[in-house]
Amino acid sequence: MNPFLDYILTSIPLGMTFLYGCTGEILTEKAGHLNLGIPGIMCIGGACGCFALKLMNGTNIPPALIVIISILCAFIGGILMGAVYSFLTVTLKANQNVTGLAMTTFGVGTTKFIMNGMAGNGGTIYLYALDYFRFPFAESTNSLKYNGVMVYLALIIALVASFVLTRTRVGLHLRAVGENPATADAVGINVTMYKYVATCIGSGIAALGGLFYIMDYAGSYEAYKSIEALGWLAVALVIFTLWKPHISIVGSILFGMLYLAGSRIPTLLKIQLDISATPLLQMLPYVVTIIVLIVTSVSKKRENQPPAGLGLPYFREER
Amino acid sequence: MSKPVALELKNVSKYFGSLAANKNVDLTVYRGEILAILGENGCGKTTLMNMIAGIYYPDSGSISVDGQEVVIRSPKDAFRHGIGMIHQHFKLVDLFTAAENIVLGVKNGQRYNIKEVNRKVQELADKYGFNVDPKKKIYEMSVSEKQTVEILKVLYRGADILILDEPSAVLTPQETDKLFDVLRRMREDGKSILIITHKLHEVLSISDRVAVLRKGEHIATVDTATTTASALTEMMVGKKVELNIKRPEPKNTCDRLEVQGLNMVDAEGIKVLDNISFTARAGEILGIAGIAGSGQRELLESIAGLCHPVTGKIIYHNPKTGESEDLRDKDPVAIRELGVRLSFVPEDRLGMGLVGNMDIVDNMMLRSYRKGHSIFVDRKKPGDLAKKIVEELEVATPSTKTPVRRLSGGNVQKVLVGREIAASPTVLMAAYPVRGLDINSSYTIYDLLTEQKEKGVSVIFVGEDLDVLVELCDRILVVCAGRITGILDGRNTTKEEIGLLMTKTETSAETEKKEVTDNENA
Repeated sequence: MNPFLDYILTSIPLGMTFLYGCTGEILTEKAGHLNLGIPGIMCIGGACGCFALKLMNGTNIPPALIVIISILCAFIGGILMGAVYSFLTVTLKANQNVTGLAMTTFGVGTTKFIMNGMAGNGGTIYLYALDYFRFPFAESTNSLKYNGVMVYLALIIALVASFVLTRTRVGLHLRAVGENPATADAVGINVTMYKYVATCIGSGIAALGGLFYIMDYAGSYEAYKSIEALGWLAVALVIFTLWKPHISIVGSILFGMLYLAGSRIPTLLKIQLDISATPLLQMLPYVVTIIVLIVTSVSKKRENQPPAGLGLPYFREER
Repeated sequence: MSKPVALELKNVSKYFGSLAANKNVDLTVYRGEILAILGENGCGKTTLMNMIAGIYYPDSGSISVDGQEVVIRSPKDAFRHGIGMIHQHFKLVDLFTAAENIVLGVKNGQRYNIKEVNRKVQELADKYGFNVDPKKKIYEMSVSEKQTVEILKVLYRGADILILDEPSAVLTPQETDKLFDVLRRMREDGKSILIITHKLHEVLSISDRVAVLRKGEHIATVDTATTTASALTEMMVGKKVELNIKRPEPKNTCDRLEVQGLNMVDAEGIKVLDNISFTARAGEILGIAGIAGSGQRELLESIAGLCHPVTGKIIYHNPKTGESEDLRDKDPVAIRELGVRLSFVPEDRLGMGLVGNMDIVDNMMLRSYRKGHSIFVDRKKPGDLAKKIVEELEVATPSTKTPVRRLSGGNVQKVLVGREIAASPTVLMAAYPVRGLDINSSYTIYDLLTEQKEKGVSVIFVGEDLDVLVELCDRILVVCAGRITGILDGRNTTKEEIGLLMTKTETSAETEKKEVTDNENA
């Protein structure tokens, strides 16, 4: 097989991990909330999904339903994290950055606790469901057909999010809330409700990324340990894609390729690279993000800037 | 009048704390008329309109629309009764197009289709003669276009009673004329228009009737056709109130600050200072009167070195060395290094004057932290100063370690004025130093300013209460739309005279325009 094609085919599923986190974060940021808890939320999503899989092991539930239930559990886990974050930042108006970082620390730690607990208590039993996440017609590991259910789910979610944001009244209202909450409030939009719902649904979507990474992309017990690092890349991807979910589909695959560049580029170019140079290549996604930030900041095009109300708590003018 | 009544207010009152913003106001608005609401700053015009638009809720009294008594608790309620307000500060999402802003928040049960909205907005604009592109983004628009969007937003929601809060404040005379044409067309369409303003010539040119408010009370509603500018001014400013502020005769006056031909434009290219020239003398209080936003803030900030005029000179005569320096284009540090002792009490106390989260001592240090050569700051002297100010000015505070933010407005102002005076200035500028203060605190501030004047300081006082200006100041500079329209002797002037000068420039702009057209015709 063409090594380049193989490279792309491996990058797509990895990219979907970013895509989940990125789509979720875009929805949250469009409501004016910078959720740095995304890495932690993705971890929690993985843990919740795996825990549900473990509980369903040995029951008579059909495989399709097992997949759906575990996805729902990951989603709900994310929503709960999003609800805590929203309560702190929307209702109590806590600093968004501090709250988000706390959510990440909490999520990563809790995930370690849950995953270790499961490991000590019957091993890595949840991995039995790995095949359920594939379509029955998936044969070879090196073809598009091998892409699992959640790869398509990620694409669908991103497209739906893009449609909602640009073409519907709900999307218009959500963008107004993130751009200028006072204006949105003045025309009768329920700012608090929009912020809560967008943040919670966004967190739920991001959480799916964790489950996807463990059960589809990595398929190993150790996988949960790398979710946090990928979560930060998802946050960076939001900037890279200029807050547009449909661009993030391409962006996520590109990020997947860049992330794998360390191991793939040398084989592709048939050169010998010192093993110590690999981390340098792994920096590529971040370097690209910085370049995008510089380019968009210089161009100052208003459409490419973050939502104007991002990071600012909204106080209704009490007079 | 045979026209049907659209809106009726009976005995409406609104209090903020113990302060009456509106007291027993009666107002009637007919269908198909333009009613001007006239009054000075802080006379309760905007509060009254906000009650109709659902932003405030009246403490007492009733509001009826089409003869039916209604309860308006939110802007949404107001829209339900066909009332829409266009605020002075636009509420628009910059990144959205005109049509997107107009449709925002409208729930009419139809599917959201931006093309349909674009078409409807265009239709509406054509009907009343607005010039607007529904697909244009707000951030690409001029101020007058943004205002058009705001008006369309209200019309799109089906309002037939429109309230405009000082619509001409941000417009050029030509744009204002255009707006007035549109308003007249809306009147012909049977809409009722309330227009808040303090520009007399506008009142006379557009309105059918005028309601005059003063200090929260409704003075009279008169037919525009039967009134004159001077009659309206008299109603607006009212009779003179004796305040008994001490005003000693100025002694040993000499020129301290000479401002020559200052010009400045703001970010949108509008002239905010137009050829300002005056002299501030040591040992006297120079008052600056004018409608809010006539360039007072820019003038003081230019002198303080916070913003930079395009042309002109700010000459400072140093009393110690006898030298004269031009302060224009120098920043505050450079001004201080020249040995100029300038104190500035800005309008925005907690934004520009003090740091709200820091205590009184730390706020004192904002002026003195550069002193001393050690890497450690000296908290002792500022601490002593803080104690002195708290004692002498009777600042009500638990201790000097209390964050300034927690003090009441009057006490915050005392801290700020105390600090500025402690720097023993040669020029003291105070912008609205008594805004929001109770009577006693206000008199403390007046006495402090007078005390400084007697010490030979050149005091510049920007005020809004004409009674205070007339009793406190030795000379009064009247500004209007960035121009000086008169310099009066505080002892021999009247409120009416100031009031007329405050609204003067607009008429002269119109005569200028007339001259231009005359020239073109010739």
